[in-house]
Amino acid sequence: MISVYFINHTTAGETSMASDTVKTHPWHVPEPSPWPILGTIAGFVMAIGGIWYMHEGPIWLLAVGFALLIFTFYGWWRQVIIESNTAGMHSEQTKVGLRYGFLFFIISELMFFFAFFWAFFHSSLPLLSKVAVPWPPAGIELIPADGVPLLNTLILLTSSVTVTIAHHALIEDKRSTATKWTFITAILGVVFLFFQAEEYIVATFKLSDGIYPSTFYLATGFHGFHVFVGTCFLFVCGFRLIKGHFTPDHHIGFESAAWYWHFVDVVWIFLYINVYIWGSLPFGHISPA
Amino acid sequence: MSDITHDHHDHRPSGWKRWAYSTNHKDIGTMYLVLSMVAAIIGGAASILMRAELHEPGIQFITDPQFYNVLVTAHGFIMVFFVVMPALIGGFGNWFIPLMIGTPDMAFPRMNNVSFWLVAAALILLVIAGFIDGGAGTGWTVYPPLSSADYHPGMAVDFGILALHLAGASSILGAINFITTIINMRAPGMTFHRMPLFIWAMLLTAFLLLLAIPVLAGALTMLLTDRNFGTAFFAPDGGGDPVLWQHLFWFFGHPEVYIMILPAFGIISEIVSTFSKKPIFGYLGMAYAMTSIGVVGFVVWAHHMYTMGFNVETRAYFTLATMVIAVPTGIKIFSWLATMWGGSIKFDTPMLYSMGFIFLFVVGGVTGVTLANAGVDMAFHDTYFVVAHFHYVLSISALFSMYAGFYYWLGKMSGKRYPEWLGRLQFWVTFVGVNLLFFPQHFAGMAGMPRRIIDYPDAYAGWNMVSSWGAYVSAVGGILFFVVLYKTLTSNVKADANEWGVGATTLEWTVDSPAPFHTHEVTPNVAPEPAE
Ligand code: HEM
Ligand SMILES: [Cu+2]
Repeated sequence: MISVYFINHTTAGETSMASDTVKTHPWHVPEPSPWPILGTIAGFVMAIGGIWYMHEGPIWLLAVGFALLIFTFYGWWRQVIIESNTAGMHSEQTKVGLRYGFLFFIISELMFFFAFFWAFFHSSLPLLSKVAVPWPPAGIELIPADGVPLLNTLILLTSSVTVTIAHHALIEDKRSTATKWTFITAILGVVFLFFQAEEYIVATFKLSDGIYPSTFYLATGFHGFHVFVGTCFLFVCGFRLIKGHFTPDHHIGFESAAWYWHFVDVVWIFLYINVYIWGSLPFGHISPA
Repeated sequence: MSDITHDHHDHRPSGWKRWAYSTNHKDIGTMYLVLSMVAAIIGGAASILMRAELHEPGIQFITDPQFYNVLVTAHGFIMVFFVVMPALIGGFGNWFIPLMIGTPDMAFPRMNNVSFWLVAAALILLVIAGFIDGGAGTGWTVYPPLSSADYHPGMAVDFGILALHLAGASSILGAINFITTIINMRAPGMTFHRMPLFIWAMLLTAFLLLLAIPVLAGALTMLLTDRNFGTAFFAPDGGGDPVLWQHLFWFFGHPEVYIMILPAFGIISEIVSTFSKKPIFGYLGMAYAMTSIGVVGFVVWAHHMYTMGFNVETRAYFTLATMVIAVPTGIKIFSWLATMWGGSIKFDTPMLYSMGFIFLFVVGGVTGVTLANAGVDMAFHDTYFVVAHFHYVLSISALFSMYAGFYYWLGKMSGKRYPEWLGRLQFWVTFVGVNLLFFPQHFAGMAGMPRRIIDYPDAYAGWNMVSSWGAYVSAVGGILFFVVLYKTLTSNVKADANEWGVGATTLEWTVDSPAPFHTHEVTPNVAPEPAE
């Protein structure tokens, strides 16, 4: 027997009988807001400015768009923070929604990296690429996996621990401990970025030196960018902790930052194992079938 | 009819800010629908220009072949990203997900607004891509090396890439919004297994978007850096491989075709059930058929690449996997037929369009299974047979579902009843037009006519002429649609809260028509009544 999955017409009337004029639902429906369209204008200006810049134009239009984007982020998220600090706006159910939202955002980010891993494997496995260069291609001087990259791996793994310490402290209502460990995590992010930048500077291959640098720089570069974003996110959370925005049962912002941080950590582990370690093994020299 | 909403809450912002700053799912849905219609006029004009050029052998009026390529490209992009997706997902999804699951709005109303505006900005970029520096003539598949800096040195392809980036960002944000809304905000009692099939369809569509679009974004980024920063992802002289683009593109591209057709499945399921005055046959089978189509849709992408030189095992796998999709697809077709079976069917325009949809989709599905055979596809790939296949199964099917949904919900959205006879006339003109337009393309394709060309040998003249006449007839259908729209909006025939009677059992029919600005302020309870 198929159950009727929705209202049937006889009960519909009763539902409205019981109603009153006050909103009874738990959801947060914000007032009209200028930020979305402003953010779109920022994106549009950045697109035009970026294309102009790439075709020998000046960079200022891109910079203007970017500034507008940062302004939008600032204004929009400021608004969200104000709302989260206003009693009654973020009900329990709304908070569940915010968590889902951030989780799915991270999943989409993972799929973005999926594309770059695909490019890496396609190019490095002679079975897949019809061009079948040996991997690493001749003339590429690899960055030893057991040097700075190993150090960076340890730094990121440590930072995953420290962010968890901060999270537990927050849940146990030890605010100053939580603040301390959040900032330690963020600083580890800065250190990671510093080493990554240094690695780019000493690398002997440049972006336009063929397929190896293409996959290497774009995969690690986008990862580095995400570390940068995560670091900013953690700093913001640190300051919000100082200001007392978070309580043991009300800290979606912090939780999102922590999840994001684990995500950049996981991506890095994959990069380290595949691009640095596996990519430096001489499998690629097997000639294509 | 009941009136769950209260005029008391019906204060709405006024002036341009109501739209520009909107956080209202109905207003945003309306903006998506309007954008889709505007884009349909542009994309439709491109197709009429192409068909007029192909009307006879020889060059008629398009003297620059690159301009023809630009038309092909613009038509494909606009139809996919700016007509079908905004209408089915942004338009109907926004309007009816909250109404059908009994919640006041989407989970993230501001993000909803940015999703809309990003599409609008992307459309502008895409139109620029058609005009600047000779235009982007790459086809919607943007294969390198044609799309690389060697063959498209100007800004056009970069505009196209950035347009897709913005549209993609919009889709990802929209997907997050839809999934969160559907998972988190259903009315009490509406378990997953009691959701309307339209909601199932939108949930799965959103998951496909969430997983497929970022892969396209990655590929587009690689193309952008190949073109402008000297990387070599797709450049053999640097050790890269153009086939990589095809993998990434089609890993997105095949799910993308289901992104466009799953919402159609949802709409058709609602309409068939409403107009047969029966619950849908095999509800759970329908829901899980869509689920399996969505899942399997991720592992069949290389059926677009059979001519790339795969080994025979690879081709055997992709042939098999592709054919597997025909099974859940068949479940859907038969369930729709079984729903109608023994029902007391009302042949109003939405139902006519739904039955038209089922017919078109079956024709396209049959040619799909044909093309799934790697061996057969060696001959058919890049011919008009493929064009006929995907226009039946996707383009005009999706179009029919859009029309169906539009007639079905126009009363709910506008509060006015469309003139039924005009709707039926519009259906018949369109139905005859599109079949005249696309059926002959099977024959031209089987005879070997390649797709995406401005001219062809005289041998193909007959079918091309028929096809072009079909295009003009379809265009008349399109114009008639706007006539219906105008007549409806200016008429004073009111639509009832539930204009379709006992068959219409979903929650949107419990609110007034037009749906008030705020609905479901008081959460409806849809828990099943206790057994007596
Ligand atoms: C029974 C299910 C289906 C099968 C077996 C199937 C099979 C195929 C195959 C093998 C091709 C490649 C042909 C070639 O390029 O040589 C193809 C192309 C295509 N199919 Fe399908 N298909 C099916 C359903 C669908 C559906 C449901 C849609 C969309 C809603 C769709 C949209 C397309 C599009 C857009 C193309 C052409 C893309 C292009 O090259 O521009 N197909 N199909
Ligand atoms: Cu496909």
